[in-house]
Amino acid sequence: MNVCDMTVAALSALLRKREISAVETANAFLARIAERDGLHGAFLTTTADLALRQAARADARLASGENVTLLTGVPFAVKDNICVKGVRTTCGSRILSGYIAPYDAFAARRLLDGGAVLLGKTNMDEFGMGASTTHSAFQITRNPADPDRIPGGSSGGSAAAVAAGEAAFALGSDTGGSVRQPAAFCGAVGLKPTYGAVSRRGLVAFASSLDQIGPLTRCVGDAALVFDAIAGHDDGDATSARRRLPPLADAVGREVSGMRAGLPRELLGDGIDPQIREAVRNAARRLASLGVRVEETSLPALTQTLGAYYVISSAEASSNLARYDGVRYGRRAENCPDAASLYVRSRSEGFGDEVKRRILLGTFVLSAGFRDAYYQRAVAARARVRRDFDRAFADFDFLLAPTAPTAAPRFDETPDDPVRVYAGGVCTVPANLAGLPAMSVPFGKTPDGRPAAVQLIGPAFGEEVLIAAGHALEQEAKA
Amino acid sequence: MKHPDYEAVIGLEIHCELNTRTKIFCACPTAFGAATNTQVCPVCLGLPGALPTLNEKAVEFAVRAGLALDSRVARVSRFDRKNYFYPDLPKAYQITQFFEPICTGGHLDAETADGVRRVRITRIHLEEDAGKLIHTPDGTLADCNRCGVPLIEIVTEPDLRTGEEAAAFARKLRSVLVWAGVTDGRLQEGSMRFDVNLSVRRRGQTALGVRTEMKNLGSFTSVRRAVEAEFDRQCGLLERGEPVFQETRRFDEKRGVSVLMRRKENADDYRYFPEPDLPPVVVSDALIEALRADLPRLPDARKRFYRETWGLSDFDGEMLTSEREAAELFEAAAGLTRYARLAAQLVIGEVLQSVDFERERVRLNPARLAAVADLQGDGEINPQTARQLVRSLCGQDFDPADYVRAHGLGRVRDVKTLREAVEAALSENPKIVSDFLRGKTAAATALMGQVMRKTNGRADPQTAQTLIAQALEAIKDASES
Repeated sequence: MNVCDMTVAALSALLRKREISAVETANAFLARIAERDGLHGAFLTTTADLALRQAARADARLASGENVTLLTGVPFAVKDNICVKGVRTTCGSRILSGYIAPYDAFAARRLLDGGAVLLGKTNMDEFGMGASTTHSAFQITRNPADPDRIPGGSSGGSAAAVAAGEAAFALGSDTGGSVRQPAAFCGAVGLKPTYGAVSRRGLVAFASSLDQIGPLTRCVGDAALVFDAIAGHDDGDATSARRRLPPLADAVGREVSGMRAGLPRELLGDGIDPQIREAVRNAARRLASLGVRVEETSLPALTQTLGAYYVISSAEASSNLARYDGVRYGRRAENCPDAASLYVRSRSEGFGDEVKRRILLGTFVLSAGFRDAYYQRAVAARARVRRDFDRAFADFDFLLAPTAPTAAPRFDETPDDPVRVYAGGVCTVPANLAGLPAMSVPFGKTPDGRPAAVQLIGPAFGEEVLIAAGHALEQEAKA
Repeated sequence: MKHPDYEAVIGLEIHCELNTRTKIFCACPTAFGAATNTQVCPVCLGLPGALPTLNEKAVEFAVRAGLALDSRVARVSRFDRKNYFYPDLPKAYQITQFFEPICTGGHLDAETADGVRRVRITRIHLEEDAGKLIHTPDGTLADCNRCGVPLIEIVTEPDLRTGEEAAAFARKLRSVLVWAGVTDGRLQEGSMRFDVNLSVRRRGQTALGVRTEMKNLGSFTSVRRAVEAEFDRQCGLLERGEPVFQETRRFDEKRGVSVLMRRKENADDYRYFPEPDLPPVVVSDALIEALRADLPRLPDARKRFYRETWGLSDFDGEMLTSEREAAELFEAAAGLTRYARLAAQLVIGEVLQSVDFERERVRLNPARLAAVADLQGDGEINPQTARQLVRSLCGQDFDPADYVRAHGLGRVRDVKTLREAVEAALSENPKIVSDFLRGKTAAATALMGQVMRKTNGRADPQTAQTLIAQALEAIKDASES
C-alpha cells in the first residue's frame, strides 16, 4: 500500500518502527501532490522546502527516540485561513493575496511541535463563506471521488487533499458545517469539536462565536488522534475551555451497547434527499444491531436555525472582516486620493461577491432600527436551539442526523440562488449555534455511487461518545 | 457675566488611561513616548487570526475608580464591539463596554467658587484606546503604540453649570483617580481627555435644550474655555432666534471658538454587538473588598484630617491634596516639624508652583522640608530664605541648617554688624532723624526697614530694635544737650 493512502495510525507505526523515513514519506506525498493536484486543485500553496526540512528534523527525533509523538513525521495540510509563520495565508481571498502570516496558529503550532510535517495550505471558499470551494478567489477544487463534482466547502481543499491521499490528514475550520460537509462529500471523516475545545488563535475569524478548527481524516481513529494533538487550553484564546480533556484515542473501539441515540425528526424531512435519509436510517439500524437504543425525537428549534445562523454569522463577519481595508497589510487599491476611497476601492476590488453579500447582510442586521428585528431575534432563536439540545441530551448520548441534505452535486448542478445554497447547512449549523461537537462519518455510498455520510452530534465536550459511536459505524460500513 | 438670562447644563465624558504596565488585550507595554510602532503585536495591530485576552489589572483599576467614586461595581459586565472605520483603528472596531458597563452610579464633590458641587456619575466602562495619526507633507502615517492602551470612560450626569465648575470637577476627578492609583493623571501625555456635553436653557427652566458635544479637550483650562465659548455661541443662537443643532464640535484652542465636526444626522451607526472573543468580566466580592481595603484615604478625607490635626483650612487642604506627591510630602514633613502649617505653606507656595508633577518626581526629602519649617518657625531664617531653600531642595539635596550657616543666611545677631547697619541707616536718612526730632514716632519702624534691607532681611529683629532704640535715644540726648 502506498504510504499516501494509509491512515495516520498506520503511517505513524511505520515511521516509529523506522521502516520508512519522514523524508521519504514527505517526498511520497509531494510526488502525489505533483501528480494529482493539477486536477484536484486542493492546495493554494505547497511548502515543499519547509516540509523537507521538517521531515529531516522529524527523522532526527525518530532516530534518537526523543520527543516522538504519534504525529512525528506525518505529513498534513492546513486550510488557508489557519496561520503558519512565514507562509502565505490568503483565506481564499484576493484581499489577502500577498499576506504572509507572522505567527503560528495555536493548532498548527501544536502539530509542528509534535513533529508533523506541513505540506501546504488548502483551498477554501473565501473567508469560509460557502459550501462548495467555488468561492475561492484563486481556483476551484474538484472532488477526488468524481472530478465533475464539488468537494463541498468551505474546507473543500482540506477534504479533497485527504480523500486524494495528498495529505495524511488536514485541518479545516467549521463555522456552519465547513469541516463536516466537505468531509461527507469527499468520503472523509470530519470532526467539529466543542466550541472552546481547540484554540481559535491564529484561525482567521469568520464568525467568532461559531468558528472551530477541526480535523479531516481518513478514519475515525485518526480524527481522535489529531484532536488529541490540537485540543486543550490556550491562554491566548479567552474562549478556550479550561477543562482537562481525556484522550479521545482511548474511545476508539469502546463498547456502544447501551448507548441511547436520538434521530431528530426535523433533520429527516422533505428537504433531505431520500438517498441520504436512507443512509441515516440504515446507520440507525446498524447501531441498533450493536445494542444502541435508537429513537426518533423532536428538537422543534432546529427548524429556525438557518435564519439565526445567517444573521449571527454575517453580523460577526461584517465586523471581523472590517479590518481588511488596505491600510496595513493585504492588497491595497492603487492611486486612491484619500482614506475613504482607499477603503472603498480596496474592499470593492479585494472581496468576492459572496463575502460582500454577507458583509452587507451583517451590517444591515446590526444597524440601528433593524437590530432588534434581526440580530436580537437570532440571538433568542440561538438560545432556543441550545435549550432544545440540552433537553435532548438529558435523554440521549448522541444524536444521529444527515451531514448534508444531499451527496456531492456536480458543478453544473450547484444552485446560484444563495437561499437555496444556504439551505444546505440545515443539518450542520445547529451544532455551531449550540457550540456542540459533531462529526461526519462516511457511511457507504449512495445508490448512484457517491460517498454517503451521517452526522453524530454530541453534548458539549462529548467528543468521546462521537468517536466511540463513529468508530462502531465505520466498522459496520466496512462489514 | 454675559447672557445673564441663560444657564449652561454640562455633563462630562472623561477618557482616562489606566496605570497598567501592559495593554488591555495583549502583553505590549503601555509606556509613553516610545518610537512609533515599536510597542505592537498581532493582537493590538488586529492582524488576521489574533485574539484579545483581558488584562485583569485593567479590571482592577476600573473597580478602584468605581470604589473611589462611590459607584456600584457590576459582578458581571461584558465587552461589546463598536464598529467604525478609521485609519487609527486597526480592527475597525473598538472593544468597549456598551450594554453592560463595569460600574454604574456614583458621585464626586468638587469645591467651586459657589461652594461644593456634587456631580453624579452615570457610568464607568472599560475600553481600548485607538492609535494616533501623524500628518506629514508626504501623507498620513499611523502610530499604533497607543492601540489597546486600557482606558476607562467616565460619564457624568449633566450636573455642572459653568466652565469654572467643569474645570474644578475635572481637576478634582484627576486628583481622586491619581490617589486611587487608577491613572498617572498626566494630561500632557494625554492620560486624561475630556469631552464636554453642553446645552443651554433660560434660567428657571427645567427642560433641557439641544446639546452639543465637544471632543478631546486636554487640559483644565481648555475645559473651562471650551465651555465658555460654546455657552456663548449657543446663547447667541438662541438670542437671535436660531436653532441649536445636535452636533459634535471641536474646540479651536488658538481662536478660542468651537468648530463644527459633524451633525447628528450624519452620525455614525456603531452597530454595537457583544464581543464574541471575550467571555463576561466577573468581579468577585473578595476582589472588591480587597481593592476597597487597599484604597488610600482620598482627598476629601485627607482635607478633614488636615483640618482636625493641624488646623489647616479646606482651601489649603484642597491645594495640598491636588497632587498626591505633594500631599504625601506634606504629611511626612508635618510629622517631623513643630510647624506643620509652615510646612503646608511651603508646599503650597513653592513645591506646587515649581515642580511639574507630570514630568518629574518631587525630589524634596520630607525631613529637609521639616528642617526648613523648623528654621523658619524658630526665627532662624526669614520666610524668603525658607522659600528659597525649599526651591533649591527641589533641585538637589543638602542639609538646610549647614547651608544656612555656610552661606550666612541665618539671623544676624552680631551686635557690631547690626550697629554698623543702624548707623549707616541713620547717616543715609537724615530726614528720618529730623522727623524723629520733630516728634514723629514712626522713626523706629522706618529705621528697622532700612536695617532689614541692609541685612537682606536677616537682622535679628529684637537685637536690631534694641540697637535702634539706643541710637535714637543717643540722638535725642545729643539734640537736647
